[in-house]
Amino acid sequence: MTETVLTNIEKRRTTTVGWQGIVADWSSDQRAFKNVSWGKAMMWIFLLSDTFIFGCFLLSYMTARMSTAVPWPNPSEVFALTIAGQHIPLILIAIMTFVLISSSGTMAMAVNFGYRHDRRKTAILMLVTAAFGATFVGMQAFEWTKLIMEGVRPWENPWGAEQFGSCFFMITGFHGTHVTIGVIFLIIIARKVWRGDFETERRGFFTSRKGNYEIVEITGLYWHFVDLVWVFIFAFFYLW
Amino acid sequence: MVDVPSDVLAGIPPAEVGEVDLYHPRSWWTRYVFSQDAKIIAVQYAMTAMAIGMVALVLSWLMRLQLGFPGTFSFIDPSQYLQFITMHGMIMVIYLLTALFLGGFGNYLIPLMVGARDMVFPYANMLSYWIYLLAVLVLVATFFVPGGPTGAGWTLYPPQAILSGSPGQEAGIIMMLVSLILFIIGFTMGGLNYVVTVLQGRTRGMTLMRLPLTVWGIFTATVMALLAFPALFVASVMMLFDRLLGTSFFMPTLVEMGQLGKYGGGSPLLFQHLFWFFGHPEVYIVALPAFGIVSDLISTHARKNIFGYRMMVWAIVGIGAMSFVVWAHHMYVSGMNPKFGFFFATTTLIIAIPTAIKVYNWILTLWRGDIHLTVPMLFALAFIITFVNGGLTGLFLGNVVVDVPLSDTMFVVAHFHMVMGVAPIMVVFGAIYHWYPKVTGRMLNETLGRFHFWVTFLGAYAIFFPMHYLGLLGVPRRYHDIGGTAFVPASAHDLNAFMSIAALIVGFAQLVFVFNMIRSLSKGEDAGGNPWNATTLEWQTPQTPPAHGNWGKELPVVYRWAYDYSVPGAARDFIPQNEPPASLTPKGAHP
Repeated sequence: MTETVLTNIEKRRTTTVGWQGIVADWSSDQRAFKNVSWGKAMMWIFLLSDTFIFGCFLLSYMTARMSTAVPWPNPSEVFALTIAGQHIPLILIAIMTFVLISSSGTMAMAVNFGYRHDRRKTAILMLVTAAFGATFVGMQAFEWTKLIMEGVRPWENPWGAEQFGSCFFMITGFHGTHVTIGVIFLIIIARKVWRGDFETERRGFFTSRKGNYEIVEITGLYWHFVDLVWVFIFAFFYLW
Repeated sequence: MVDVPSDVLAGIPPAEVGEVDLYHPRSWWTRYVFSQDAKIIAVQYAMTAMAIGMVALVLSWLMRLQLGFPGTFSFIDPSQYLQFITMHGMIMVIYLLTALFLGGFGNYLIPLMVGARDMVFPYANMLSYWIYLLAVLVLVATFFVPGGPTGAGWTLYPPQAILSGSPGQEAGIIMMLVSLILFIIGFTMGGLNYVVTVLQGRTRGMTLMRLPLTVWGIFTATVMALLAFPALFVASVMMLFDRLLGTSFFMPTLVEMGQLGKYGGGSPLLFQHLFWFFGHPEVYIVALPAFGIVSDLISTHARKNIFGYRMMVWAIVGIGAMSFVVWAHHMYVSGMNPKFGFFFATTTLIIAIPTAIKVYNWILTLWRGDIHLTVPMLFALAFIITFVNGGLTGLFLGNVVVDVPLSDTMFVVAHFHMVMGVAPIMVVFGAIYHWYPKVTGRMLNETLGRFHFWVTFLGAYAIFFPMHYLGLLGVPRRYHDIGGTAFVPASAHDLNAFMSIAALIVGFAQLVFVFNMIRSLSKGEDAGGNPWNATTLEWQTPQTPPAHGNWGKELPVVYRWAYDYSVPGAARDFIPQNEPPASLTPKGAHP
């Protein structure tokens, strides 16, 4: 079904701003968020729900870390790398964080070019974002491999509390899955942008709906969320 | 009268939809099986939920047979008894009630009541059902795997849930957790649909404060479910890792079968917190749609506007918000800091205030109403009675000092069955008798309905009312056979036998209901478009049952709230929501 067209909204918007505007929107008909499409509203609500998932994961990890009777391994040491004879703590994580944050920048630029109908730049920037994301996942795979070689398992590790390994693999794994899904999503949308689906109003294969460039922004919302979650994981897991 | 000034709508023609951009089914398969129409999906959800509910009903019979006549039925051994308890609870709470209220009634009623053509994302909505069905199939499959389904109790508390000695430890618990994870994924797809449809998909004139309370109840419950199910999701994933990989999220160091186990350092209490952070909102996820639906049933069949509409809405929202800060009242005997007990007892008692407001408003709606004792009305009245009963015992259990001796007794069983078993099921029945005419175009048989009502209502009381007494005596719950104990008098065993016979009768009465539903499909009286003379939009559709797309070329325009019953001076005792005020007849609107 198409979204219903709002005809009487402009009149009201000019008269009410600020808190009164919010109240006016919520007490109006048709839509509570006036300029928000269905897809964007859905993504925001989904992200709220997903926040609770990551919140529960992180709270569980913090509970485990605070209540364990065995010492918790020191993340600065565990995640240190020796590069060219230099022992640098957390260097890989720092690079990963930098890569992921940078990908948010390219994503934001893609959204901008999307709304300008600049298909080429939008698609390229989305693919660059996807490449950053894939790099992130690749480095995470490297990190996992390194830790597994050093004897870290979900059920044990050489340095202390066994919950270290279980929390590490679970939380980074769940986040990495999110990034991977985001990369796939980015590539699919980039292909649609490149092909010009949103200019020709081509219908989706499954949903038989017409899309528009807003889907780039919705993908971006998801992508920024995944980055934001990483900041919390970085702070609570690696820096604590 | 609710009062967004209707002059906003003055002179605005109804939203015309030039090209109805729905997904149009091309074959029988996409029309009736892989349908993207919310109404078909609703029926699929409801049928699946009721089918699995029948399994849970049979399980409850088997438990009652064992409790009523211990030692008589040799085919029920203690392990099986625990498995029956677990599966009965899990199925009834999640796979029947949650799925039926949100997936069934939500899918059917939300688009029709808000004046939309469909849910906003029909494809995701379809996926939601199929993933739900997969979750149900995985759940059913546990009955046929080696070791059978899990017998850990519906709360699945570790460590015992995954230790050897618990029935179903081999495969049952794994499949149970997988099934829950699938259910949550499927529900999220549907839930996002319901929320966005209510917020962004309403028709012209339909403000939030003109929504029928049914939509408010389902909407709030869905928002809660989207925030509460993540905790269960996380707990399930972590317990799955504990069981499959040998991690120790929830597992402390312990001795199993005389040997030091592989686990160490985990926190069983963490699971309880996660579980009840989901589990308590879950109670209201089931109860709030029931509250909403019962409000509409009472108002329609008493021909009176709902008393205190705004208060009812804020009570629903308030209960929804409050229910996230009461979860640890399920854990008074788990070994928490007593200060937490004080906090959670306080919040638990505070939540009784909005709930009591709702009960008073239902009573005041009935007060001096033109009460029609139709079958839906009978069930709605039964709901009020059983809900008040269950709510009052909830006040007992919400207080730490009263809860501690009553914990793990039959009193708890009686309480939660009254408040979230019998009461919502009464609403489910009432709602089916109320909306069946819209879904099928035919009325359910009244005589069979009355028979079904009285047997179910009185029978449910016969089962659960004496159970309070057993609980006060100290009869423990979850016991296969309480045997000869000094504090349980012989008369308690007679009472148990009585309750079991009542349970068998109530169970068989549901067959009458099923028969009625099947028979009325072809033989039922023709219902017409609006048999109850109701005001809400779903009764104003051009066709009954509503066609694909729900409305004709034009979406309805809403001019008033959902409760214009017995308005003084009006020609009829109800005014549909899409009937314009006499002073205002916009061009091209429905007459």
